[in-house]
Amino acid sequence: MAENNGPIPAKILLRDLVDQHYQNAWDAKKRGEKVGWCASNFPQEIPETLGVAVVYPENQAAAIAAKGAGERMCLHTEAKGYSNDICAYSRISLAYMDLTKCEEMDMPMPDFVLCCNNICNCMIKWYENIAKELNIPMILIDIPYKNEFDCDDVHVAYIKAQFDEAMSRLSEITGKPFSQKRFDEVMAVSQRTAKAWLKATEFCKHTPSPLNGFDLFNHMAVAVCARGKLAAAEAFEQLAAEYEEAVANGTSTYKGEQKFRILFEGIACWPYLRATSTPLRDRGINVVATVYADAFGVIYNNTSEMMKAYSYVPNCVSLERAVHMRASVAKKNNIDGAVIHTNRSCKLWSGIMPEIERRLRDELGVPTVTFDGDQADPRNFSEAQYNTRIEALYEVMAAKKEGRA
Amino acid sequence: MSNVASLLEKFEKVAARPGDALKAALAKGQKVVGCMPVYCPQEVVHAAGMLPFGIWGAERDIDLAKSYFPSFLCSIAQSSLEMGLKGDLDKLTAVMVPVLCDTLKCLGQNWKAGVPQVPFIQVTHPQNRKLEAGVTFLATQYQSIADKLEKLGGKKVTSESLFASIKVFNANRAALRDFVKVAADYPDLISPLQRNAVIKSGLFMDKAEHTAMVLELVATCTKETVKPWTGRKVVVTGILADSTDILKIFADNKLAIVADEVAQESRQFRTDVPTTDKDGFVALARQLSVMEGCSVLYDPEKMRGDMIVDMAKKSGAQGVVVLLTKFCDPEEFDYPFLKRSFDAAGLPSVIIEVDQQMRNYEQARTAIQTFAEVLK
Repeated sequence: MAENNGPIPAKILLRDLVDQHYQNAWDAKKRGEKVGWCASNFPQEIPETLGVAVVYPENQAAAIAAKGAGERMCLHTEAKGYSNDICAYSRISLAYMDLTKCEEMDMPMPDFVLCCNNICNCMIKWYENIAKELNIPMILIDIPYKNEFDCDDVHVAYIKAQFDEAMSRLSEITGKPFSQKRFDEVMAVSQRTAKAWLKATEFCKHTPSPLNGFDLFNHMAVAVCARGKLAAAEAFEQLAAEYEEAVANGTSTYKGEQKFRILFEGIACWPYLRATSTPLRDRGINVVATVYADAFGVIYNNTSEMMKAYSYVPNCVSLERAVHMRASVAKKNNIDGAVIHTNRSCKLWSGIMPEIERRLRDELGVPTVTFDGDQADPRNFSEAQYNTRIEALYEVMAAKKEGRA
Repeated sequence: MSNVASLLEKFEKVAARPGDALKAALAKGQKVVGCMPVYCPQEVVHAAGMLPFGIWGAERDIDLAKSYFPSFLCSIAQSSLEMGLKGDLDKLTAVMVPVLCDTLKCLGQNWKAGVPQVPFIQVTHPQNRKLEAGVTFLATQYQSIADKLEKLGGKKVTSESLFASIKVFNANRAALRDFVKVAADYPDLISPLQRNAVIKSGLFMDKAEHTAMVLELVATCTKETVKPWTGRKVVVTGILADSTDILKIFADNKLAIVADEVAQESRQFRTDVPTTDKDGFVALARQLSVMEGCSVLYDPEKMRGDMIVDMAKKSGAQGVVVLLTKFCDPEEFDYPFLKRSFDAAGLPSVIIEVDQQMRNYEQARTAIQTFAEVLK
């Protein structure tokens, strides 16, 4: 049929890219190559330059949780003596390490781990335990948490030294040589991807937004695992082009009228994607702002700027910069309110959120609500509480719009 | 009262009422800098002519801090912030907060927001601490802290003055290492609570003064005859082991603490600052690169469990008590490995979850009682 002969939609391309990424890792493993587990914000330029296949435990944990197996996997790890207090991604990942299979999502076992703590120090402990348990090497790039707004040269020098060390250690571990030419290419492609990703997310500023904000949670996996791949750059460029066309046509992937525009703050509740999106959709509320857009839009022009860029990811920055990141996307995209996820799994994200919330309210003059949840452990979320909070937010936003508040 | 008891009483007074020590220092016109867990460059504060003052939370209700922290962050951070928000620490010249765990990162930012009257200084340790680039980075951080303290009215810190302070602190470390051995030899003279008081009081005192007191205590104890201990001997590990109620339960069950692997205690003094570097700031920074077995310092070898087993063997301990601070990620991630090391060595252990807002100690009492029975 004619409609089947058109270009493949970007969302399919992006989904296939993730599948392809994991297939490549399986293939590499079969060929006898070394495969790693990698933190989502580890400088992917390193494995990509060396042509080393890596897979992402955070993506895997999110996928497992979204498919309903979060609790089963968490319980497995808790039975091994771990507290149910630690991050659910890590509990799922440690369970997978032990079981080496999970019907909801398999991935090759690691021969090394690549860790970066620009998202949290919990990551270090999690990866230390994997490295020790499996007796495999661990490479850590430590990106210190910054109290200052900007990253200074002292930080850059420290990160750069680790970057070089990591490149040479990984080359040693895998037997794959470094090539400056390839490194330059990877940097160029990564920039193209990051810019295309940011361009696509920027279409949220339009009214109506051409996308359902929850779509970003799905596309994020590619932004994590394939930033250095040309196909990812092309797919995001196509996604941006599709959004541009949708804006021109007044269409959107969001079904129904978009009455209100919100910031959704925090990691998605993967076990409850439907339960968290439906109450929004029922009230004509669309997510037009998340800090994720910036999180994976790592922009730089040279290696020194690359070091800085990796230190500006959301959980690595000061309170002031954290507020600035949210406030600027909120202003640009003209939000009416914000929903804030108090994520039981993420102490770092949640531990400064009450102050961020106060500052956002002051700066933006919009209502906000919080809800208790978890990125992957379904036991820490209450649908009733969520619905009540969304209802409250809706009422305040409606009253404001009608001039009643 | 015996000589030992009267000496111990002095430590106990300071440890039980840090607020009095703070007032006394301020009354003498001393500038005081708060030092939050787990490691702060106290030598830099000392070299700047100021008093480093330990802040490791407090056993108190949480009220104002609830507006900053969700309930699932540890009580040490919650109660430390609470003291700041309540104005109890307004007279401090500054507070230093490291970023060695995720909760501490939040504590620093929340302090900056909620307690602006007490300047906040972040202490940024490198986790890749064994790389030379990590040592250089930390030395630069320490230099920058020295500059900040100078702006806050402190003396200019030079490499020379820093080495002088390092000497004072290393002497204190050596004295405390001697003391923990003495406490192990004389559990009939030094209870678990008194053992803690001797160590903890050092957080709030002039270091040279504390060292002199500790050495006097050590000298006085060692004049006594070592008596056979009729109870049991244990190693304690965790972030804090300073709860009066818990330590009394140890004593009630005749459990002597013959060694510890506690962040507030031995982790502070088991590793001297090496003095092989020419520059004082580099020397101080190098210390982090030679520390081992701490839950908040990067350690892919996970050496802590075997270190505790070794500690137990050397000190003649029959078991290990893990005092797990509730909501402490670094400790919780370590625990399964610790347990495995203990089991492999045939060393009995018990885990007790603690926090500073505990009101009911019955569960802990039962666990400790049962454990003491197991060790018989």
